[in-house]
Amino acid sequence: MDSDQLQAEEKSKVAAKGPKSGVLTNPDRWLEEHGDELFGFALSRVRDRSAAEDLVQETFLAALRSVGGFAGRSSERTWLFGILRNKLADYYRLKSREPVFADDFLAPEESSFFHASGPRKGAWIKSLAPQPWTAPDESLVQKEFHDVFHQCVARLPTKVAQVFLSRELDNLSSEQICKDLNISPNNFWVMSHRARLALRRCLELHWFGKKKIRDEKD
Amino acid sequence: MLTCREVTRLVSRSMQAKLSWPQRLRMRIHLLYCVWCRRYATQIQFLRKATGELANETDDSPKAKLSPEAKHQIRARLQEALKEPPSSSH
Repeated sequence: MDSDQLQAEEKSKVAAKGPKSGVLTNPDRWLEEHGDELFGFALSRVRDRSAAEDLVQETFLAALRSVGGFAGRSSERTWLFGILRNKLADYYRLKSREPVFADDFLAPEESSFFHASGPRKGAWIKSLAPQPWTAPDESLVQKEFHDVFHQCVARLPTKVAQVFLSRELDNLSSEQICKDLNISPNNFWVMSHRARLALRRCLELHWFGKKKIRDEKD
Repeated sequence: MLTCREVTRLVSRSMQAKLSWPQRLRMRIHLLYCVWCRRYATQIQFLRKATGELANETDDSPKAKLSPEAKHQIRARLQEALKEPPSSSH
């Protein structure tokens, strides 16, 4: 290593050591050890590579600036993920000010599934009503199923997906999600419900419905 | 008597919050005679399982990793940040 590199390394060690931490941090090491995991997580939330990359960068930058705040109580990864979650919340707060446009596939609103009026008001529309699914648990071990499921999640409007995933994956409380995404409790319920209706329908159309055909062919 | 629309809302809600006793009763009665809503209830339980698996997916696929270009860019930006005079910590 040449002296410039050595100097830079020393500098990085010194600059990154916070007054309280007593822990030498190294952003290159952070990147190697945690970069992909942080990125994978961010990507599963924002579904946009470039935005996910920015979020990872912002996370590391924020971490650099607050090294003094990492007291080593939790693991380094947990700490970084905490910062990433805050960045995600900021991202969605900003996004919520943009008009919400439909993605290419408009996840149907709740009302589309049920009769709006007449003698069957409130009942499932027959062609959209849940069909029997054969051995769904067997699908869980199939990679193709997960690909389809991923696609279905990707078709949800961004905010709806975020609400659903924050709840189902992150186990955040509804209060926390409402705060992070700047939505009312009622919005939260409506969006969660909409996500479920849409995902169920999407899986039925693109997996379980087709599975029946596949099984019958065998 | 509850409609399917109302019952699916209750089923969704019951996954995250406790329903009142009358709500739960009315929901269950509807589920007794409505096969569609029964399927709905089972299927969204499955959905919850499947969503949990999303977290466990092996991220060996190149899609879930930072590209070398992205890594390079981030590394450069971090190095830049290190050269900046340290701000007062808070």
